[in-house]
Amino acid sequence: MSMIFGVPLAVLSGQLLIGIINGAFYALLSLGLAVIFGLLKIINFAHGAMYMLGAMVTVLMFNALGVNYWVALFMAPLLVGAFGVVIEYFLLRRIAGQDHIYSLLLTFGVALIIQGVLINWFGVSGLRYAMPDMFKGGINLGFMFMPYYRAWVIVAALLVCFGTWFVIEKTKLGAYLRAGTEDSQLMQGFGINVPLLISLTYGFGVALAAFAGVLAAPIYSVTPVMGSTTLIVVFAVVVIGGMGSIGGAIITGILMGVIEGLTKTFYPPASSAVIFLVMVLVLMFRPSGLFGKEA
Amino acid sequence: MTMMKKLLTSAIASTLMASGAQAAISNDTVKIGYLADMSGTYRDLAGPNGQSALEMAIADFGGSVKGKNIEIVSADDRNSPDTSSSTVRRWVENENVDMVAGMVASSVSIAVSKILEENDKLGIISGSAASSITNEHCTPNHIHYVYDTYPLANGTASAVVKEGGKSWYLLTADYAFGHSLESDVRRVVEANGGEVVGAIRHPFPTQDFSSFVLQAQASGADVVGLANAGADTTNAITTASEFGVTQSGQTLAALLLFLTDVHALGAQTAQGIQLTTGWYWDMNEETREWSDRFMEKTGVRPTMVHAGIYSSTIQYLKAIEATGSDDAQTVRKQMMDTPINDMFAKNGKIRVDGRMVHDMYLAEVKTPAESKNEWDLYKILRTIPAEESYRPLSESKCKLVNN
Repeated sequence: MSMIFGVPLAVLSGQLLIGIINGAFYALLSLGLAVIFGLLKIINFAHGAMYMLGAMVTVLMFNALGVNYWVALFMAPLLVGAFGVVIEYFLLRRIAGQDHIYSLLLTFGVALIIQGVLINWFGVSGLRYAMPDMFKGGINLGFMFMPYYRAWVIVAALLVCFGTWFVIEKTKLGAYLRAGTEDSQLMQGFGINVPLLISLTYGFGVALAAFAGVLAAPIYSVTPVMGSTTLIVVFAVVVIGGMGSIGGAIITGILMGVIEGLTKTFYPPASSAVIFLVMVLVLMFRPSGLFGKEA
Repeated sequence: MTMMKKLLTSAIASTLMASGAQAAISNDTVKIGYLADMSGTYRDLAGPNGQSALEMAIADFGGSVKGKNIEIVSADDRNSPDTSSSTVRRWVENENVDMVAGMVASSVSIAVSKILEENDKLGIISGSAASSITNEHCTPNHIHYVYDTYPLANGTASAVVKEGGKSWYLLTADYAFGHSLESDVRRVVEANGGEVVGAIRHPFPTQDFSSFVLQAQASGADVVGLANAGADTTNAITTASEFGVTQSGQTLAALLLFLTDVHALGAQTAQGIQLTTGWYWDMNEETREWSDRFMEKTGVRPTMVHAGIYSSTIQYLKAIEATGSDDAQTVRKQMMDTPINDMFAKNGKIRVDGRMVHDMYLAEVKTPAESKNEWDLYKILRTIPAEESYRPLSESKCKLVNN
């Protein structure tokens, strides 16, 4: 078998694929953050909690009402997104226009409250969500066993990422959004309900996190703390990609998944640090991020 | 009358002074500090319910010892040796805490026991696993009560090797506990004629195990051993089943599983997994009776750690009652001299290195058909006698043991 740095090629190809799968999660999560920051200038520290809520809601809807996976894939982001709109309307709106640090602290507080309450109810051992029947099993690719579900994660995440990028960058609605946040008075003069647009944007960003949560439910332990560890990594991804750059968030997400995956093969103890190392390097040489526009 | 009273008081005072600190309860209070992970990965196995077990012990003891109050303070260790160290330093130096109970992450216990030694206070560790706590890290100021990695490896690893799992690949949590468990497993596997063909040290905690599971599969080992705990183990088991580890002919061996982990996995996913435990709630009338009371208070069945916290606190208070002192060395000596016979252990003994040795149990997770309710999860396959379970003193590197 051919080897690369002492690692069989087959193992390496497997790790690359795994990296892309994890990268798809990072992309989806950092995309939501980038949308919220890019359009609303809110640093959303509640993003991890929303991801967790997406997964929790999926499990709870199944346990209480028998709601199946496909319905949850739409319902959970919808519910969590609506919850996001409520947070925007009652809390974030009150500090609009203030320094970024305010939104950071506020959303961080909200995240801690949500997480704390859920820990009290459910503990941290985690809830189980059974793999949907149609995704059970997998296919042998020769170099690795590929569970069907992981393949679906890549497809679903990339579709949603591309869709979001397209809507914001290429459609009229996206143009309104960008213009509305650039100069809200002017846009209101044109008869566009900017506050509503802002609420919906926050709700949408949060719904993206919840969507990632639903995707995660069958493969990870669903626990109230699952968001907090992921959040820090995802923030690093957004910083590397360039705060607010939508396309940058997607590409960087996948790239970081791959880099992390390779580290897990060559030197596992560094795998939790490697993304931050990249972040430090990027900030040193390109302070506005790989895809950021202004310095 | 007043004269008499004065005389009496001074007599008592001089007796107290003569016997020094040994025969007194400092500050007229026995103060117990409960330190555990209250919000992170290891919350459910000890956490707030461990504090409930501690409170149950104090209430069952009568709420006071020798007429003195028993107080509890508690803190979240956040699985951080730094946070824990500063908490415990404050407790023992400024807040007159006499004994620290709980303690889960092994790195926390090792850090805390050093501070307890400096200040000559007592620690009773119930949650931690590393066998090094009473080996190279032993101090005259702590007791390790419930279990450690030595019997975990002895019980589970030797059972799996004897069933034909000769070559092992280990997924190890990269900190004190994982390292300790890994070396204990290596010893047992090799002693039984097996071989460890590879090991990965993964960051603690890890959510996504797919990379590691893939490497374990590629190794072609008979057994994938999980030398981790809590959510790391349950995540690894879930991922292994998703990637078809067992279908491809490899056996999965979880070396440390708590009842709460198995409960979270459910009998469907966890069935057939063998594990070693220091205690199980459904072993006999005594354990069931206590567990029912625990469940009434907390809503869940107790883990071995919860039971150990209860049992060790009762032993601690009994020792204070017998000696009339809360001095660490006096109490520890008394606890070492008293065999433990309660719902937690039969004929348990605390050795000079601080290790409480007692029978351990090899258990198997029931199938969904066998399991009568959500907490009916283990079949006890075998009792591993105390002397077979723990590291013999003759192999000890502890400074308190004359080898």
